[in-house]
Amino acid sequence: MSRTETGTHAPGSLAPTGKRPQGTLYRGREGMWSWVLHRITGIAIFFFLLVHILDTALVRVAPEAYNAVMSTYKNPIMGLGETALVGAIAFHAYNGIRIILIDFWTKGPKYQKVMFYVVIGLWVVTMAGFVPRHLINVFSEMGH
Amino acid sequence: MATTIEAPRSPYSRAPRSRGINWEKWGWMYMRASGLVLVVLIFGHLIVNLVLGDGIKAIDFAFVGGKWSNPFWQVWDCLMLWLAMIHGANGMRTLVNDYASHRTTRGILKGALLFSVIVLITLGTLVIFTFDPCPAGAPADLLASFCSAS
Ligand code: HEM
Ligand code: HEM
Repeated sequence: MSRTETGTHAPGSLAPTGKRPQGTLYRGREGMWSWVLHRITGIAIFFFLLVHILDTALVRVAPEAYNAVMSTYKNPIMGLGETALVGAIAFHAYNGIRIILIDFWTKGPKYQKVMFYVVIGLWVVTMAGFVPRHLINVFSEMGH
Repeated sequence: MATTIEAPRSPYSRAPRSRGINWEKWGWMYMRASGLVLVVLIFGHLIVNLVLGDGIKAIDFAFVGGKWSNPFWQVWDCLMLWLAMIHGANGMRTLVNDYASHRTTRGILKGALLFSVIVLITLGTLVIFTFDPCPAGAPADLLASFCSAS
């Protein structure tokens, strides 16, 4: 759709069309909050990965050493932590695809807000499938 | 030296950078390309390790022994290791550029990032490819079942 069709502004004009300035993807609301969440989840996953490579490396030390650390991953508090980690990954992954679509798909910027709610929707569906399954595994391990 | 201030909105006049590789552009491309591959690798990793079978309950030395005796999972994990570490560290570099205002602080933080990436990628790769699922002398009940069949 060409901008001149709307008749209010010359093409390329940055004049605000409503009460807030328009056309700034990262300023306020969905565009900004998705960015904040993308940052926080990215940092969290990075630090998890550092620790994760170190604990996996224990397989080269001794089977007993690896099993001792893995058994701590099976207690309920860590179980909740793993749930949060999967939540972070799912958001970062879906929103990452949204960012890629904004950058490469011509209509991406126009639909960025819609795509944010699609990301939230997919995230809810993913977690609804994952959380019960994982928590049953974690809590049925208790007392073993 | 006299400084000329150009009129606002005058067209960009400095000659575009023409020599050398545009590293920032390729870094930007890398974040997107690796992200797409990582979706598959990480979701696959999480489904196999957390969702299928008994999920996290099943993970122990014998479980890893079963997976890493198969080259398919060795290559899978190795790719995931390299792509995720470089993606994550390059993302953290953006954060350092955004939040560390002092030049020296930025240098130290980026140095630390580079160092940890090199150490962890080397360690992780060695672990995957030097792994022995049936180490001599280890109690058989901790090992994968194929270890005792000799
Ligand atoms: C699951 C697949 C993933 C996808 C689709 C994805 C996608 C992306 C994209 C598109 C960006 C934006 C880059 C830019 O703005 O130039 C990004 C940034 C980032 N990613 Fe990922 N990523 C994934 C996994 C990961 C993992 C595993 C880590 C950690 C090891 C991570 C850490 C980061 C960090 C720290 C940033 C920088 C955030 C910022 O600049 O605000 N990502 N990711
Ligand atoms: C709570 C969730 C997770 C569990 C229980 C888990 C479990 C494991 C296990 C058992 C291994 C050993 C080999 C294998 O099974 O393939 C492994 C290796 C690995 N995982 Fe995960 N993982 C989790 C999340 C993640 C995430 C989110 C990432 C990516 C950001 C990741 C990246 C890796 C990598 C790169 C390796 C290879 C490490 C090496 O080279 O030494 N894992 N993980």
